[in-house]
Amino acid sequence: MRKCSLEKLDSVFAEIANSFKLYLPVDDKDGKAKYSEWAEGVKWSNALNTVRSPKDFFFPQTEDLMGFKCSGKNIEIIDTRNESEDFVVFGVRACDVKSFDILDRVFLKDPVDSYYSNRRDHGIIISVACTRPAETCFCHTFGIDPTEPAGDISVWKTDSEVFWQSNTEKGAALLEKLQALTEECDADAVNDQKEKVSAIMKKLPLAGLTADKFGAGKTKELFDAPEWDSLSEACLGCGTCTFICPTCQCYDIKDFNTGKGVVRFRCWDSCMYSEFTKMSAGQPRLTQKERFRQRFMHKLVYYPENNDGLFSCVGCGRCLAKCPISMNIVKVMKTIGGKENE
Amino acid sequence: MNNRQETLIPKIGVITDVRIDTPDIKTFRVVTPDGVKPFEHRPGQCAMLSVPGVGEAMFSITSSPTNTEYMEFSIKKCGCVTDWLHQAEPGQQITIRGPYGKPFPVDDEFAGKNLLFIAGGVGLAPLRSVINYCLHYRDHYGKIDIVYGSRSKDDLLDYKEIIDDWSNSNDVHVHLTIDREQEGWDGHVGFVPNYVKELGFDTDKTAILCGPPIMIKFTLDGLYSLGFEKTQIYTTLEMRMKCGIGKCGRCNVGSKYICKDGPVFRFDELDELPDEY
Repeated sequence: MRKCSLEKLDSVFAEIANSFKLYLPVDDKDGKAKYSEWAEGVKWSNALNTVRSPKDFFFPQTEDLMGFKCSGKNIEIIDTRNESEDFVVFGVRACDVKSFDILDRVFLKDPVDSYYSNRRDHGIIISVACTRPAETCFCHTFGIDPTEPAGDISVWKTDSEVFWQSNTEKGAALLEKLQALTEECDADAVNDQKEKVSAIMKKLPLAGLTADKFGAGKTKELFDAPEWDSLSEACLGCGTCTFICPTCQCYDIKDFNTGKGVVRFRCWDSCMYSEFTKMSAGQPRLTQKERFRQRFMHKLVYYPENNDGLFSCVGCGRCLAKCPISMNIVKVMKTIGGKENE
Repeated sequence: MNNRQETLIPKIGVITDVRIDTPDIKTFRVVTPDGVKPFEHRPGQCAMLSVPGVGEAMFSITSSPTNTEYMEFSIKKCGCVTDWLHQAEPGQQITIRGPYGKPFPVDDEFAGKNLLFIAGGVGLAPLRSVINYCLHYRDHYGKIDIVYGSRSKDDLLDYKEIIDDWSNSNDVHVHLTIDREQEGWDGHVGFVPNYVKELGFDTDKTAILCGPPIMIKFTLDGLYSLGFEKTQIYTTLEMRMKCGIGKCGRCNVGSKYICKDGPVFRFDELDELPDEY
C-alpha cells in the first residue's frame, strides 16, 4: 500500500492526466456530482456518489455502431469503429465497480460486444472506499463491502491522507507511475477507517435488508405474487430508474439518415416502456404491471438464474432517490419478499 | 479495432427474386453480391435483415439448409421494414446477419419419428425450412402429415410447392383448410384447431406447430385431448428483437432469451417460462 497527503492529490491527478484522459466526480453548478474530465483547477466532488452511474464510460447512452452509404440499389457498409484511447475513471464507489462485473457478464459473453469490450480493455478504474454511506445505501444486501472497493486500484481517503492499493496489472502499472508522489505505508489508518465505517453500516436503515427470498429458481413462486398489482399501480413508466441504474443494459438499435448517409446507432432503452416489446403481431406485456414486474424479476430472479446466483442490483440507492413516485427495488424486496424483511 | 469481431455489423445481401405468394406475403430470394448463399443455417433459425435508414428486423429463414444456392424469406407486410421490402425489386441490396437461435432438433429428437406439421397463415414460413429438410432426408423420418390453414385460398403460402412437391412426396399427407367457403375451393373449410381434432391423429407423432397465438392455443387443447404429451409438441416463438444475441433485453422471457435460447421450444420447456410470449 502507498499513500500521499491530501494536498498532493491534485499533483497526482496531474500526473495521471499527463498520460491518460482522467475522469472523476465533479460538482456541477447545481451542486450535483457528475463524472467530468479532470483539468487544472477541477475539484473532486465531496458527494457520496454521482447522480448518473459510470456505466456511460463503457456503455454510453448513445453510440454509433456503423454507417451505410446507399446509392441506387447498392449499399456500402462502413465500419466506423475506432480503437479507444486508454482512460482512467477515478472515484468509483464499490457498488458501481461491482456493476461492471454485472455488465461484463452480458456484453463480454460470447459473442462479445466489441464496442463495450474495446472501452473496457482501455479503461482503468480507481475506486474509492465509502466513509459516509447514505440512508439509501444497501450494497451489503448483495455482498458488497463499501470499505473494500474493487477496481484496478482501490483508494481510501482520510482527513489528511489518501491511500492507494493496486489490485490488477493495469493498476500496478499506473501506481508505478505515481512512485515519486506517493510513499510506501502500512494499512493501519485504512483498517481504522474500515472498522468505523463498518459500524456505521450496521446502523443504516436498510442494514437488515436481505435478498434471501429472491434468486435463481424463484420464477414460479414470485411471478404471480398478488403484490405486483399494488406495487406497480402508480408506476408512470418514465424509465428514470432504468436510466440511472448502473446495471440496466437493455438497448435499442436505430437508423438515422444524416442526409449524407445512414448512421446505425444504439441507445439505452427501458423495459418500462410499452414500445419495448410491441410487435406487429401483438404486445406480450400489455400493462405497466407486466413491464414493472419484468424489471424486478430480471434483476432478482432471471439474471441470477443465468449468472451463478449473482443479483443484477448493487444497492447504490439511485432509484430510491430518483423515482418520481418513490417506488423502488427495496419496496419490492420488502413487499414480495415477505414480512420478515421489513 | 477492425480485428475485433462484431456480430451486429451485417453483410450485404442482394434480393435476386421476389415471388408474390398472397395479397400480403412475398417470398424474397437473397444471395451475397458474389452470388452465393450468405451463410449456413439449420431449420428453424432466423436472420436479421435490414434496410439502412428504415430499420432492422428478425425473420425466420424459410428455405431449407439443403438449398445450397440461396436463402429465402417469406415476409408479411406489416410494418416499416416489411412495407419497404414489399416495394423492393430484384437487384436491390439489403443487409443480412445471422444465423440466430436454436434450430428444430431435426437430426436428434425428430429422427425416425412420424412428424405432424401444423401451421396457420404465415406460420408456415419457419416450418417450410423444416419440411423441406425432412423431405430431402426422407428416409430419416416416418410418416409426415402437414395440416395447413389460412383465411382464404388466396392466403395459402407456397401453394404451388405444396401441391406439386409436398403432396406428391412419398408417404406425405397434406391437409389444407381455409376459414370460410370460397368459390373454386373444394377442399376442407374450417379453422385449423377443429380440423386437427377431426383428423384425429394418433399420438405416435411429434407435432410441430406455428401460427397465430389463438391458433396455437386451441390446437394445443386439441392435441392434448387426442392424448399428445407436451414433450411431443414443438413450436417457434416470435418476440421483438434488436440484437439477436441475448444482450439487448427485448426478447427476455423468464431466464430465457427467445433469440438465442429459442425461438424453437418444446412445450414442456415453455411450461417453465412465465406466460409472456
